[in-house]
Amino acid sequence: MNHLPQAWGRPRDDVYGAYNASFLPQDGPKQHTQSPIVTGTSVVAMKFKDGVVVAADNLASYGSLARFTDVKRLRQFNTRAVLGFGGDVSDMQHLDRLLTSLSLRENYADPGSSGDETDTASLDAKNLHTYLSKVMYKRRTDFNPLWNHILVAGLDDADKPFLASVDLLGTTFSAPSLATGFGAHLAVPILRRVAPDEAAAETLSMDDAVNAVKEAMKVLFYRDARSLDKYSIAVIRKDGVQLKEDEKLEGQSWAFAETIRGYGTQIH
Amino acid sequence: MAFAAPDHGPGYSFTSPTTASAPKQHGFYPYTDNGGSILGISGADFTILAGDTRSTSGYNINSRMAPKLFRIGGEGPDATGARIILGVVGFGADGAALKERLDTIVKIYRYEHGKDMSVKACAQRLSHLLYGKRFFPYYTHAILGGIDEEGKGALYSYDPVGSYEREQCRAGGAAASLIMPFLDNQVNFKNQYVPGSGEGHDLKAREVVPLSRNYVMELVEDAFTSAVERHIEVGDGLQVLVVTENGIEERISPLKQD
Repeated sequence: MNHLPQAWGRPRDDVYGAYNASFLPQDGPKQHTQSPIVTGTSVVAMKFKDGVVVAADNLASYGSLARFTDVKRLRQFNTRAVLGFGGDVSDMQHLDRLLTSLSLRENYADPGSSGDETDTASLDAKNLHTYLSKVMYKRRTDFNPLWNHILVAGLDDADKPFLASVDLLGTTFSAPSLATGFGAHLAVPILRRVAPDEAAAETLSMDDAVNAVKEAMKVLFYRDARSLDKYSIAVIRKDGVQLKEDEKLEGQSWAFAETIRGYGTQIH
Repeated sequence: MAFAAPDHGPGYSFTSPTTASAPKQHGFYPYTDNGGSILGISGADFTILAGDTRSTSGYNINSRMAPKLFRIGGEGPDATGARIILGVVGFGADGAALKERLDTIVKIYRYEHGKDMSVKACAQRLSHLLYGKRFFPYYTHAILGGIDEEGKGALYSYDPVGSYEREQCRAGGAAASLIMPFLDNQVNFKNQYVPGSGEGHDLKAREVVPLSRNYVMELVEDAFTSAVERHIEVGDGLQVLVVTENGIEERISPLKQD
C-alpha cells in the first residue's frame, strides 16, 4: 500500500515504464497547428444550368485509420449556400461555430426579405466565400492556419450559380467544376469532360451534373484509400437546398481490380 | 503539474523532463506559387497590361479563368471611372490582398480630396504598401499602369518588397524570363542597329520610338502565344487591359489550354 495520495491511481514506472508525456502540451511558446490531425478527404462540386451540386464522403480519417465514419462535411449555411470542407475536422468544427454566430448576427434583425423564417439568406454564396477567404487569409498571416480546403457552392446576388474555393493559405479561385484534395487530381478531369467551360456549364442539366459528381465520387472511392462509400450530396438551386447526408455509392464495379498488377503478391 | 514525486518507493510518472521534446519547429509554409504571367507596355498615350488567366497549384490547374489584372479606384463592382490598372502575379492570396488594399486607398483618396489620385502618387503608395511588409513580404510581382499628368502612358514595375521603377515595358511572373528578352528587343530595340551604319563601335543603335497601340497588341499576343508553348503554368486565356485618357478597355481572348 502506497501512503502517498498523489501517487494513487498512477501507473508504476517499474511495472509500466516511465509515462511518455511528449504528446502533452509543453511549457514553452504557444503552439499553432503545424499539421492536420483528423482529416476529411475530397470535396467535389460542379455548376449546372440553374444551380450547383456538391458532394463529400462521410469519413474523418486519423492518418490512415478510418476513425469516424459518420461525419457530415457538407454544411448548409442558408437557403442559397452550402459549404464543403476538406482537411482538418476540428478546424471545420471551429469554422462551423464561427459561421453559426455570423448567421445569427446577420439574421437576428432581418430574417430574410421574404418574411419567411426559413429564408434566412441575407448573405449569398459569394458573400460567404469572401468572408471565409478573409478569415483563412488572416489566420495564415498570423501563422495559425485553419487547415482546410473549402468549396463554397450556391447562388450569387443575381441567383446565378456560384462555385469557388478557399484554402488554408487564403488562396481563392472559381471554376465551373472544382474538387479539393485527391479529387483535384482524380475528379476534376471527369467533371471537366462533362463541362469544360462556363458556357458548357450553363447548358448542363441538373441530372447530368449530379450523375457526373456521383461518378467522380465513385472513382474517388476506387482509388482514394482515405475515402468512404457513404457520402453527402447537396444541390443548391433558386428554390432551395436539397441536402442528403446518408447516400451510398451505387453501381460499383471492382472488375478492374482483377487486372491490376504490381502492388501485391501476384507472381505474374 | 504541481505535484511532487515521492522520493522513495517505486517510481511514478509525474513529470518527465527527459521525454519532453523541444518546441516543434514551424511546419507551415505561408506561401505558394500560383503561376501565371503578366506583361505591361506603355505607349505615347496609352498603357497596355496583359496577363494569362490560368491559376495553378503545382501541376494542377485550379482555374482557367482567374484574372490577374484589376481596375484600381473605380466605383462599384464594375470599377466605373477607374483610370489605374494593376497586374499581380506570384502568390494569389497576397496578390488579392494587395489589390484590395490599394483599391481602398485610391478610393479613400478620392473621397478625401475630391479628385483622382495621380498614377505617380499611386505608384509610390504601392511601393510603400509592399515595403510595409518588408519582413513578411507580399510574394508578388506587381505592375501598375495608367496615364500620367502629361497624358502619356505610364508603367511602373515592382519587386515583392517595394523597389519600383517607371519603364516602357516589363514582364512579370512565371514566364518573365521568356518574355522580357523579347520585349527588350522589340520595344526597346536592344541589339538592333541601323543597317550599314558601320562596323563594331561605329554601329548606330536603332532609335527607340513609342509604338502604336495596334502594334503593341500584336507584340503582346506574340509574347503570350510563345510563352504558352514553353511554360506549363501559362495558358487558358489572355486578358488585356488598355488605359487611355478615355478610360479602360478590356479584352479576353483564348490561349492554348494544354
